[in-house]
Amino acid sequence: MGIIKSLFGRRNRGSGATAKDRLRFVLQHDRIHLPPERMEAMKREILAVIARYLVVDQDRVEIDLEQRDRRQSKLIAEVPFTGQQPANNAADAQLPAMSADTADKA
Amino acid sequence: MGSEEKSRVGAQVITVSSGKGGVGKTTATANLGISLASLGKRVVVIDADIGLRNLDIIMGLENRIVYDLVDVVEGRSKLRQAMIKHKRFDDLFLIPAAQTRDKMSVSPEDMVQVTDDLRQECDYILIDSPAGIERGFRNALEPADEVLIVTNPEVSAVRDADRIIGLIEAAEKGPGKLIINRLKTDLVRKGEMLSSDDVYDILGLDIIGIIPEDELVLSASNSGVPVTLNMNSQAGLAFNNIARRIIGEDVPFMNLHGNPSLLRRFLRLFDGR
Ligand SMILES: Nc1ncnc2c1ncn2[C@@H]1O[C@H](COP(=O)(O)OP(=O)(O)OP(=O)(O)O)[C@@H](O)[C@H]1O
Ligand SMILES: [Mg+2]
Repeated sequence: MGIIKSLFGRRNRGSGATAKDRLRFVLQHDRIHLPPERMEAMKREILAVIARYLVVDQDRVEIDLEQRDRRQSKLIAEVPFTGQQPANNAADAQLPAMSADTADKA
Repeated sequence: MGSEEKSRVGAQVITVSSGKGGVGKTTATANLGISLASLGKRVVVIDADIGLRNLDIIMGLENRIVYDLVDVVEGRSKLRQAMIKHKRFDDLFLIPAAQTRDKMSVSPEDMVQVTDDLRQECDYILIDSPAGIERGFRNALEPADEVLIVTNPEVSAVRDADRIIGLIEAAEKGPGKLIINRLKTDLVRKGEMLSSDDVYDILGLDIIGIIPEDELVLSASNSGVPVTLNMNSQAGLAFNNIARRIIGEDVPFMNLHGNPSLLRRFLRLFDGR
Protein backbone atom coordinates (compact mmCIF):
# COMPACT_ATOMS: atom_id res chain seq x y z
CA MET A 1 0.00 0.00 0.00
CA GLY A 2 2.76 2.39 0.96
CA ILE A 3 4.60 1.82 -2.29
CA ILE A 4 1.47 2.13 -4.40
CA LYS A 5 0.58 5.32 -2.60
CA SER A 6 3.91 6.97 -3.24
CA LEU A 7 3.82 5.94 -6.90
CA PHE A 8 0.44 7.57 -7.31
CA GLY A 9 1.59 10.58 -5.37
CA ARG A 10 4.55 11.11 -7.65
CA ARG A 11 2.52 10.86 -10.81
CA ASN A 12 -0.20 13.28 -9.89
CA ARG A 13 -0.08 15.79 -7.09
CA GLY A 14 -3.53 17.30 -7.61
CA SER A 15 -6.22 17.11 -4.96
CA GLY A 16 -7.95 14.46 -7.06
CA ALA A 17 -5.13 12.05 -6.25
CA THR A 18 -5.35 12.94 -2.57
CA ALA A 19 -9.08 12.28 -2.70
CA LYS A 20 -8.43 8.84 -4.15
CA ASP A 21 -5.90 7.91 -1.47
CA ARG A 22 -8.12 9.13 1.32
CA LEU A 23 -11.12 7.27 -0.05
CA ARG A 24 -9.11 4.06 -0.35
CA PHE A 25 -8.08 4.32 3.27
CA VAL A 26 -11.48 5.13 4.67
CA LEU A 27 -13.25 2.50 2.55
CA GLN A 28 -10.87 -0.25 3.64
CA HIS A 29 -12.05 0.30 7.16
CA ASP A 30 -15.70 0.94 6.29
CA ARG A 31 -15.85 -2.33 4.40
CA ILE A 32 -14.47 -4.56 7.13
CA HIS A 33 -16.34 -2.63 9.84
CA LEU A 34 -13.10 -2.19 11.71
CA PRO A 35 -12.14 1.39 12.49
CA PRO A 36 -8.44 2.34 12.31
CA GLU A 37 -8.02 2.49 16.08
CA ARG A 38 -9.31 -1.10 16.52
CA MET A 39 -6.99 -2.17 13.74
CA GLU A 40 -4.03 -0.62 15.58
CA ALA A 41 -5.04 -2.38 18.79
CA MET A 42 -5.18 -5.69 16.92
CA LYS A 43 -1.74 -5.14 15.42
CA ARG A 44 -0.31 -4.45 18.87
CA GLU A 45 -1.81 -7.65 20.24
CA ILE A 46 -0.55 -9.76 17.34
CA LEU A 47 2.95 -8.34 17.77
CA ALA A 48 2.86 -8.92 21.49
CA VAL A 49 2.17 -12.62 20.93
CA ILE A 50 4.95 -12.93 18.38
CA ALA A 51 7.30 -11.09 20.66
CA ARG A 52 6.86 -13.78 23.30
CA TYR A 53 8.54 -16.21 20.94
CA LEU A 54 10.80 -14.08 18.77
CA VAL A 55 12.93 -11.01 19.20
CA VAL A 56 11.08 -8.73 16.80
CA ASP A 57 12.69 -5.82 15.03
CA GLN A 58 9.85 -3.47 15.96
CA ASP A 59 10.97 -0.60 13.71
CA ARG A 60 10.70 -2.65 10.55
CA VAL A 61 7.38 -4.32 11.21
CA GLU A 62 4.74 -3.77 8.56
CA ILE A 63 1.18 -4.97 8.90
CA ASP A 64 -1.14 -3.78 6.17
CA LEU A 65 -4.65 -4.36 5.05
CA GLU A 66 -4.93 -5.25 1.40
CA GLN A 67 -8.22 -5.28 -0.45
CA ARG A 68 -8.93 -6.71 -3.84
CA ASP A 69 -12.58 -5.84 -3.80
CA ARG A 70 -15.49 -5.38 -1.45
CA ARG A 71 -15.57 -9.04 -0.38
CA GLN A 72 -11.92 -9.96 -0.23
CA SER A 73 -9.55 -8.42 2.22
CA LYS A 74 -6.32 -9.75 3.58
CA LEU A 75 -3.88 -8.79 6.22
CA ILE A 76 -0.28 -8.79 5.06
CA ALA A 77 2.33 -8.87 7.78
CA GLU A 78 6.05 -8.55 7.54
CA VAL A 79 7.64 -9.17 10.91
CA PRO A 80 11.45 -9.17 10.83
CA PHE A 81 13.09 -10.75 13.89
CA THR A 82 16.64 -11.18 15.06
CA GLY A 83 16.40 -14.33 17.19
CA GLN A 84 14.23 -16.32 19.51
CA GLN A 85 13.12 -15.59 23.05
CA PRO A 86 14.26 -17.89 25.88
CA ALA A 87 12.07 -21.03 26.00
CA ASN A 88 10.39 -20.25 29.32
CA ASN A 89 9.22 -16.92 27.95
CA ALA A 90 7.23 -18.59 25.20
CA ALA A 91 5.85 -21.33 27.38
CA ASP A 92 4.33 -18.97 29.91
CA ALA A 93 0.93 -18.07 28.44
CA GLN A 94 0.20 -15.68 31.28
CA LEU A 95 3.04 -13.37 30.34
CA PRO A 96 2.02 -9.77 29.74
CA ALA A 97 2.16 -8.37 26.26
CA MET A 98 5.87 -7.82 25.70
CA SER A 99 8.99 -9.34 27.11
CA ALA A 100 11.44 -7.10 28.89
CA ASP A 101 13.94 -7.73 26.15
CA THR A 102 11.95 -6.23 23.25
CA ALA A 103 10.38 -3.54 25.41
CA ASP A 104 13.88 -2.22 26.05
CA LYS A 105 14.63 -1.88 22.38
CA ALA A 106 11.33 -0.21 21.58
CA MET B 1 -34.97 -11.85 -2.83
CA GLY B 2 -36.25 -15.37 -3.48
CA SER B 3 -39.26 -13.96 -5.29
CA GLU B 4 -37.03 -12.45 -7.95
CA GLU B 5 -37.22 -15.44 -10.28
CA LYS B 6 -40.94 -15.94 -10.28
CA SER B 7 -41.85 -12.25 -10.40
CA ARG B 8 -39.52 -11.53 -13.30
CA VAL B 9 -42.18 -11.53 -15.99
CA GLY B 10 -42.68 -8.53 -18.23
CA ALA B 11 -41.08 -5.26 -17.26
CA GLN B 12 -37.62 -4.86 -15.82
CA VAL B 13 -37.59 -2.95 -12.54
CA ILE B 14 -34.65 -0.56 -12.26
CA THR B 15 -34.03 1.25 -9.00
CA VAL B 16 -31.99 4.45 -8.95
CA SER B 17 -30.25 4.95 -5.60
CA SER B 18 -27.19 6.67 -4.17
CA GLY B 19 -26.69 6.75 -0.42
CA LYS B 20 -25.80 10.44 -0.30
CA GLY B 21 -28.54 12.94 -1.05
CA GLY B 22 -28.55 15.47 -3.85
CA VAL B 23 -26.27 13.61 -6.25
CA GLY B 24 -28.81 13.40 -9.09
CA LYS B 25 -31.11 10.40 -8.57
CA THR B 26 -34.29 12.26 -9.45
CA THR B 27 -32.62 13.96 -12.40
CA ALA B 28 -31.40 10.58 -13.64
CA THR B 29 -34.75 8.84 -13.15
CA ALA B 30 -36.66 11.56 -15.01
CA ASN B 31 -34.20 11.65 -17.89
CA LEU B 32 -33.90 7.89 -18.24
CA GLY B 33 -37.68 7.59 -18.18
CA ILE B 34 -37.99 10.08 -20.98
CA SER B 35 -35.12 8.63 -22.98
CA LEU B 36 -36.52 5.11 -22.73
CA ALA B 37 -39.94 6.38 -23.79
CA SER B 38 -38.41 8.22 -26.74
CA LEU B 39 -36.79 4.92 -27.73
CA GLY B 40 -40.28 3.49 -27.99
CA LYS B 41 -40.41 1.70 -24.67
CA ARG B 42 -43.40 1.64 -22.33
CA VAL B 43 -42.19 3.13 -19.06
CA VAL B 44 -43.55 3.78 -15.57
CA VAL B 45 -41.48 5.90 -13.20
CA ILE B 46 -42.27 5.69 -9.51
CA ASP B 47 -41.31 8.34 -6.97
CA ALA B 48 -40.44 6.36 -3.84
CA ASP B 49 -39.30 9.43 -1.93
CA ILE B 50 -42.41 9.60 0.27
CA GLY B 51 -42.70 12.97 1.99
CA LEU B 52 -40.22 14.65 -0.36
CA ARG B 53 -42.06 14.34 -3.66
CA ASN B 54 -39.93 15.74 -6.51
CA LEU B 55 -40.01 13.57 -9.59
CA ASP B 56 -43.36 15.14 -10.59
CA ILE B 57 -41.97 18.66 -10.72
CA ILE B 58 -38.79 17.64 -12.52
CA MET B 59 -40.95 15.95 -15.16
CA GLY B 60 -43.35 18.88 -15.40
CA LEU B 61 -46.34 16.88 -14.15
CA GLU B 62 -46.91 18.48 -10.76
CA ASN B 63 -50.30 19.99 -11.61
CA ARG B 64 -51.84 16.74 -12.80
CA ILE B 65 -51.60 14.76 -9.59
CA VAL B 66 -54.83 13.39 -8.18
CA TYR B 67 -53.73 10.20 -6.44
CA ASP B 68 -50.34 9.07 -5.24
CA LEU B 69 -48.43 5.92 -4.29
CA VAL B 70 -49.76 5.87 -0.73
CA ASP B 71 -53.34 6.19 -2.02
CA VAL B 72 -52.73 3.07 -4.10
CA VAL B 73 -51.11 1.15 -1.26
CA GLU B 74 -53.89 2.06 1.14
CA GLY B 75 -56.60 1.20 -1.36
CA ARG B 76 -58.06 4.67 -1.97
CA SER B 77 -57.14 4.58 -5.61
CA LYS B 78 -56.66 2.02 -8.34
CA LEU B 79 -53.14 1.79 -9.74
CA ARG B 80 -54.38 3.14 -13.09
CA GLN B 81 -55.84 6.24 -11.48
CA ALA B 82 -52.51 7.15 -9.90
CA MET B 83 -50.59 6.83 -13.15
CA ILE B 84 -50.07 10.25 -14.71
CA LYS B 85 -49.43 10.24 -18.42
CA HIS B 86 -46.56 12.37 -19.68
CA LYS B 87 -47.43 15.34 -21.88
CA ARG B 88 -45.31 14.22 -24.83
CA PHE B 89 -45.11 10.45 -24.51
CA ASP B 90 -48.24 8.34 -24.45
CA ASP B 91 -46.35 5.37 -23.05
CA LEU B 92 -44.65 7.17 -20.17
CA PHE B 93 -46.35 7.34 -16.79
CA LEU B 94 -45.47 8.71 -13.37
CA ILE B 95 -46.72 7.40 -10.05
CA PRO B 96 -46.02 10.27 -7.68
CA ALA B 97 -45.00 10.00 -4.03
CA ALA B 98 -47.28 11.26 -1.27
CA GLN B 99 -46.11 14.62 -0.04
CA THR B 100 -47.72 14.67 3.40
CA ARG B 101 -46.94 11.17 4.61
CA ASP B 102 -43.80 9.51 5.89
CA LYS B 103 -41.79 6.62 4.54
CA MET B 104 -43.36 4.13 6.91
CA SER B 105 -46.68 4.35 5.06
CA VAL B 106 -45.20 2.12 2.34
CA SER B 107 -43.52 -1.24 2.95
CA PRO B 108 -41.08 -3.17 0.76
CA GLU B 109 -43.84 -5.74 0.18
CA ASP B 110 -46.17 -2.97 -1.02
CA MET B 111 -43.57 -1.97 -3.58
CA VAL B 112 -43.26 -5.55 -4.81
CA GLN B 113 -47.05 -5.70 -5.14
CA VAL B 114 -47.27 -2.42 -7.06
CA THR B 115 -44.47 -3.31 -9.46
CA ASP B 116 -45.81 -6.83 -10.00
CA ASP B 117 -49.17 -5.34 -10.94
CA LEU B 118 -47.39 -3.09 -13.46
CA ARG B 119 -45.01 -5.59 -14.99
CA GLN B 120 -47.42 -6.83 -17.61
CA GLU B 121 -48.25 -3.32 -18.76
CA CYS B 122 -44.85 -1.90 -19.54
CA ASP B 123 -41.24 -2.59 -20.46
CA TYR B 124 -39.41 -0.66 -17.76
CA ILE B 125 -40.30 0.46 -14.26
CA LEU B 126 -37.89 3.03 -12.86
CA ILE B 127 -37.91 3.73 -9.13
CA ASP B 128 -36.48 6.97 -7.77
CA SER B 129 -35.06 6.06 -4.38
CA PRO B 130 -34.76 8.51 -1.52
CA ALA B 131 -31.31 9.27 -0.07
CA GLY B 132 -30.12 7.31 2.93
CA ILE B 133 -30.09 3.66 3.92
CA GLU B 134 -33.37 3.52 5.79
CA ARG B 135 -36.89 2.38 5.02
CA GLY B 136 -37.31 4.47 1.87
CA PHE B 137 -34.22 2.91 0.36
CA ARG B 138 -35.42 -0.57 1.38
CA ASN B 139 -38.76 0.13 -0.29
CA ALA B 140 -37.06 1.10 -3.52
CA LEU B 141 -34.61 -1.82 -3.41
CA GLU B 142 -36.99 -4.70 -2.70
CA PRO B 143 -38.66 -4.96 -6.14
CA ALA B 144 -35.48 -4.16 -8.11
CA ASP B 145 -34.14 -6.41 -10.85
CA GLU B 146 -31.30 -3.99 -11.44
CA VAL B 147 -29.88 -1.14 -9.38
CA LEU B 148 -28.22 1.97 -10.76
CA ILE B 149 -26.08 3.80 -8.23
CA VAL B 150 -25.65 7.49 -8.86
CA THR B 151 -22.58 9.17 -7.44
CA ASN B 152 -20.58 12.34 -7.92
CA PRO B 153 -16.78 12.33 -8.32
CA GLU B 154 -16.35 13.61 -4.80
CA VAL B 155 -15.19 11.89 -1.59
CA SER B 156 -18.38 11.83 0.46
CA ALA B 157 -20.60 10.77 -2.44
CA VAL B 158 -18.24 7.94 -3.36
CA ARG B 159 -17.96 6.79 0.23
CA ASP B 160 -21.74 6.68 0.60
CA ALA B 161 -22.04 4.90 -2.74
CA ASP B 162 -19.70 2.23 -1.42
CA ARG B 163 -21.91 1.77 1.63
CA ILE B 164 -25.02 1.43 -0.51
CA ILE B 165 -23.27 -1.02 -2.84
CA GLY B 166 -22.46 -3.20 0.17
CA LEU B 167 -26.12 -3.16 1.24
CA ILE B 168 -27.30 -3.91 -2.28
CA GLU B 169 -24.99 -6.91 -2.44
CA ALA B 170 -26.08 -8.09 0.98
CA ALA B 171 -29.69 -7.98 -0.25
CA GLU B 172 -28.62 -10.10 -3.25
CA LYS B 173 -29.55 -7.32 -5.64
CA GLY B 174 -25.99 -6.71 -6.76
CA PRO B 175 -23.70 -5.90 -8.31
CA GLY B 176 -25.46 -2.85 -9.75
CA LYS B 177 -24.08 -0.32 -12.17
CA LEU B 178 -22.66 3.14 -11.65
CA ILE B 179 -23.76 6.48 -13.00
CA ILE B 180 -21.10 9.11 -12.40
CA ASN B 181 -22.88 12.44 -12.45
CA ARG B 182 -21.63 16.04 -12.50
CA LEU B 183 -18.17 15.26 -13.80
CA LYS B 184 -16.26 18.47 -14.45
CA THR B 185 -13.92 17.61 -17.26
CA ASP B 186 -11.70 20.66 -16.90
CA LEU B 187 -11.10 19.88 -13.22
CA VAL B 188 -10.36 16.23 -13.98
CA ARG B 189 -7.84 17.30 -16.57
CA LYS B 190 -6.10 19.47 -14.00
CA GLY B 191 -6.03 16.58 -11.55
CA GLU B 192 -8.37 18.47 -9.24
CA MET B 193 -11.27 16.05 -9.42
CA LEU B 194 -11.61 12.27 -9.23
CA SER B 195 -11.84 10.90 -12.76
CA SER B 196 -14.34 8.25 -13.81
CA ASP B 197 -11.43 5.78 -13.85
CA ASP B 198 -10.60 6.70 -10.26
CA VAL B 199 -14.19 6.10 -9.20
CA TYR B 200 -14.19 2.80 -11.05
CA ASP B 201 -10.92 1.74 -9.37
CA ILE B 202 -12.32 2.56 -5.96
CA LEU B 203 -15.81 1.13 -6.25
CA GLY B 204 -15.13 -1.70 -8.67
CA LEU B 205 -18.55 -1.53 -10.32
CA ASP B 206 -19.24 -1.27 -14.02
CA ILE B 207 -20.02 2.24 -15.17
CA ILE B 208 -23.17 2.50 -17.26
CA GLY B 209 -22.81 6.22 -17.87
CA ILE B 210 -20.89 9.39 -17.14
CA ILE B 211 -22.87 12.62 -17.03
CA PRO B 212 -21.00 15.90 -17.29
CA GLU B 213 -21.81 18.91 -15.16
CA ASP B 214 -24.24 20.89 -17.29
CA GLU B 215 -25.98 24.18 -16.54
CA LEU B 216 -28.83 23.11 -18.77
CA VAL B 217 -29.87 20.64 -16.06
CA LEU B 218 -30.91 23.58 -13.92
CA SER B 219 -32.86 25.26 -16.71
CA ALA B 220 -34.48 21.91 -17.39
CA SER B 221 -35.67 21.56 -13.83
CA ASN B 222 -36.84 25.18 -13.86
CA SER B 223 -39.05 24.48 -16.84
CA GLY B 224 -40.03 20.89 -16.06
CA VAL B 225 -38.65 19.64 -19.34
CA PRO B 226 -35.85 17.16 -18.61
CA VAL B 227 -32.54 17.90 -20.25
CA THR B 228 -32.55 14.80 -22.42
CA LEU B 229 -35.20 16.55 -24.56
CA ASN B 230 -32.70 19.35 -25.21
CA MET B 231 -30.58 18.48 -28.24
CA ASN B 232 -27.87 20.92 -27.16
CA SER B 233 -27.24 19.35 -23.81
CA GLN B 234 -24.23 17.12 -23.22
CA ALA B 235 -25.83 15.79 -20.05
CA GLY B 236 -29.00 15.05 -22.00
CA LEU B 237 -27.03 13.13 -24.58
CA ALA B 238 -25.23 11.20 -21.86
CA PHE B 239 -28.55 10.21 -20.26
CA ASN B 240 -29.83 9.11 -23.62
CA ASN B 241 -26.75 6.94 -24.06
CA ILE B 242 -27.47 5.26 -20.73
CA ALA B 243 -31.03 4.52 -21.85
CA ARG B 244 -29.68 2.94 -25.02
CA ARG B 245 -27.29 0.81 -22.98
CA ILE B 246 -30.22 -0.26 -20.81
CA ILE B 247 -32.10 -1.57 -23.83
CA GLY B 248 -29.01 -3.48 -24.85
CA GLU B 249 -27.37 -1.25 -27.43
CA ASP B 250 -23.61 -1.09 -27.46
CA VAL B 251 -23.01 2.65 -27.19
CA PRO B 252 -19.45 3.94 -26.92
CA PHE B 253 -18.73 6.36 -24.09
CA MET B 254 -18.76 10.04 -24.99
CA ASN B 255 -15.37 11.65 -25.13
CA LEU B 256 -15.50 13.97 -22.15
CA HIS B 257 -11.80 14.73 -22.39
CA GLY B 258 -11.59 13.46 -18.87
CA ASN B 259 -8.00 12.26 -19.12
CA PRO B 260 -8.79 8.59 -19.75
CA SER B 261 -6.18 6.16 -18.50
CA LEU B 262 -3.94 4.36 -20.94
CA LEU B 263 -5.74 1.13 -20.21
CA ARG B 264 -9.11 2.70 -20.91
CA ARG B 265 -7.84 4.15 -24.16
CA PHE B 266 -6.44 0.79 -25.11
CA LEU B 267 -9.75 -0.94 -24.33
CA ARG B 268 -11.60 1.68 -26.30
CA LEU B 269 -9.75 0.58 -29.41
CA PHE B 270 -11.76 -2.60 -29.12
CA ASP B 271 -14.88 -0.94 -27.76
CA GLY B 272 -15.14 1.44 -30.68
CA ARG B 273 -14.77 -1.35 -33.20
N1 LIG C 1 -25.29 16.81 -14.44
C1 LIG C 1 -25.70 17.86 -13.71
N2 LIG C 1 -25.25 19.10 -13.96
C2 LIG C 1 -25.66 20.15 -13.21
N3 LIG C 1 -26.51 20.05 -12.18
C3 LIG C 1 -27.00 18.86 -11.86
C4 LIG C 1 -26.63 17.69 -12.60
N4 LIG C 1 -27.28 16.63 -12.06
C5 LIG C 1 -28.02 17.10 -11.04
N5 LIG C 1 -27.87 18.44 -10.90
C6 LIG C 1 -28.51 19.30 -9.89
O1 LIG C 1 -28.25 18.75 -8.62
C7 LIG C 1 -29.32 18.94 -7.74
C8 LIG C 1 -29.75 17.64 -7.12
O2 LIG C 1 -30.27 16.78 -8.11
P1 LIG C 1 -31.41 15.72 -7.79
O3 LIG C 1 -32.57 16.35 -7.15
O4 LIG C 1 -31.63 14.94 -9.03
O5 LIG C 1 -30.66 14.82 -6.73
P2 LIG C 1 -31.25 13.65 -5.83
O6 LIG C 1 -30.18 12.65 -5.69
O7 LIG C 1 -32.55 13.18 -6.37
O8 LIG C 1 -31.51 14.40 -4.45
P3 LIG C 1 -32.29 13.84 -3.16
O9 LIG C 1 -31.33 12.91 -2.48
O10 LIG C 1 -32.59 15.05 -2.37
O11 LIG C 1 -33.51 13.13 -3.65
C9 LIG C 1 -30.42 19.60 -8.57
O12 LIG C 1 -30.40 20.98 -8.32
C10 LIG C 1 -30.01 19.32 -10.01
O13 LIG C 1 -30.44 20.32 -10.88
MG1 LIG D 1 -34.46 12.99 -5.39
